[in-house]
Amino acid sequence: MDIFLQQLANGLTIGSMYALVALGYTMVYGVMRLINFAHGDMVAASAFVGLTIYTQVMGESASLGAVVLIFLLSAGSMAVVGIILERVAYRPLREAPRLSAVVSALGASLVIQNGIMLIWGPRMRIFPELVPQVYWDLGGVVISLIQVIILLLSLVLMITLYLFVEKTRMGAAIRASSIDQDAARLMGINVNSVIALIFIIGSSLGAIGGLFIGLYYRGITFNMGWQYGLYAFIAAIIGGIGNIPGAMLGGMLLGLFNAFIAGYVSSTWSDAFTFILLILILIVRPTGILGERVAEKV
Amino acid sequence: MSNDVLFEIKDLEVSYGSITALKGISLKVHKGEIVTILGANGAGKTTTMRTISQLLKAKSGSIMFKGQDLTKIAAHKIVKLGISHSPEGRRVFGILTVEENLMLGAFSQRKLDREVRSWVYELFPRLKERRKQLAGTLSGGEQQMLAIGRALMSKPEMLLLDEPSLGIAPILVKAIFKQIKEIAQSGVTVLLVEQNAKAALKLADRGYVLDVGKIALSGTSEELLASEKIQEAYLGKKH
Repeated sequence: MDIFLQQLANGLTIGSMYALVALGYTMVYGVMRLINFAHGDMVAASAFVGLTIYTQVMGESASLGAVVLIFLLSAGSMAVVGIILERVAYRPLREAPRLSAVVSALGASLVIQNGIMLIWGPRMRIFPELVPQVYWDLGGVVISLIQVIILLLSLVLMITLYLFVEKTRMGAAIRASSIDQDAARLMGINVNSVIALIFIIGSSLGAIGGLFIGLYYRGITFNMGWQYGLYAFIAAIIGGIGNIPGAMLGGMLLGLFNAFIAGYVSSTWSDAFTFILLILILIVRPTGILGERVAEKV
Repeated sequence: MSNDVLFEIKDLEVSYGSITALKGISLKVHKGEIVTILGANGAGKTTTMRTISQLLKAKSGSIMFKGQDLTKIAAHKIVKLGISHSPEGRRVFGILTVEENLMLGAFSQRKLDREVRSWVYELFPRLKERRKQLAGTLSGGEQQMLAIGRALMSKPEMLLLDEPSLGIAPILVKAIFKQIKEIAQSGVTVLLVEQNAKAALKLADRGYVLDVGKIALSGTSEELLASEKIQEAYLGKKH
């Protein structure tokens, strides 16, 4: 039982990180039918940007104000990178065949990954201890302050995003654009602005995910975006790619699944089991758990 | 009907890559009129509509609406000027409810006008019955009503209707055409693209016949109904 509860806590923490990152993949896919392969590398870049802001701008201060600023500045800078990425790598190819955009996405991924290596070097760096190492022992189950912060902040961000998309005018514009871009234009929706907004939101959430990864795992490497990006991407597919609550659900499920596999089987096999899960879910529900609520009537 | 020209297309040319879809068409719509564009498949009817809405960009020519050349305006700004487009194939937002579709129709208005929505529900009571239902689960005819209703939500001066009869049960076609008349009588100018020439000419004041990207014929509905060419080509009567 202890293992179960411990892995439940761990799984929810990892899951919320996957979910935050998965939202970036799913939102971009929802509107553009494009997998932004560079998203994972932006997640990694965010951790390095956070590291540099901590050492160079904040003078290695981990006060609450400094930590909040590190989060805001990292998210803000990734939002800017996201907008530039869309303009440079994706917008010119919007009318081009799908494959061109995929190649461009892979290229952008390599450019960002190599950019991180050029600036911060190829070796692992240690992410600063922005949150004090506080642990609670709840009858055999150990929970850290970092875990609580990651889980709560992720939930707040996801609920905010959900309400924004479901209840606001801009949210309606996002939903309409993801269903039918031309019809959305006929309603007076500026689809280009919607796409820019999607990149801003997706990249900022991914950036926060990247900082969480740094906080939780401590060691950050220039190429870690592929690993975490892949997991988050799988989470988005499991939940139903293009579907925002689906990405949240998929992320949580995958995090829990990985934690339980690590707890009861072996963490060495976690990749294999993840893909077995993905394959099984795709066999049973090819559109993911929440994908495609209703088939379009023609 | 007054003689003010509300809308005028001049020498409009549109091409898809190397294929020319419209080879210099010109047409006029007066305020308060119902004007129809007829023609066979591939004649360029939908291309004309999509170019008016700027979903397609013209190669040359102008589209004037109340003194502004639409060809110089971005697609999402057209509806704000007072032109609303119910597109071919309806293009309702299938995974959203009827009500949400109507809300999106009013997107350019910033604030939802409940009176307009009540009017739309009055025109098409079916929509009111099904307002909580997902648009994708409606029948083709009901989706067409929704597409027209959605277009009305922006309080347009001119309504573009692209093949409202396409793939719809004849009884519903009749009902929809009756309501189009009603919409026009409320003061909305209508530009109607149709393959169903008979029904369209019964409704319209004037018509244009498009044939492979060119205007082949034009005139009042009576003239067109009486024309031998039309009877042979579109009404299936032989002389």
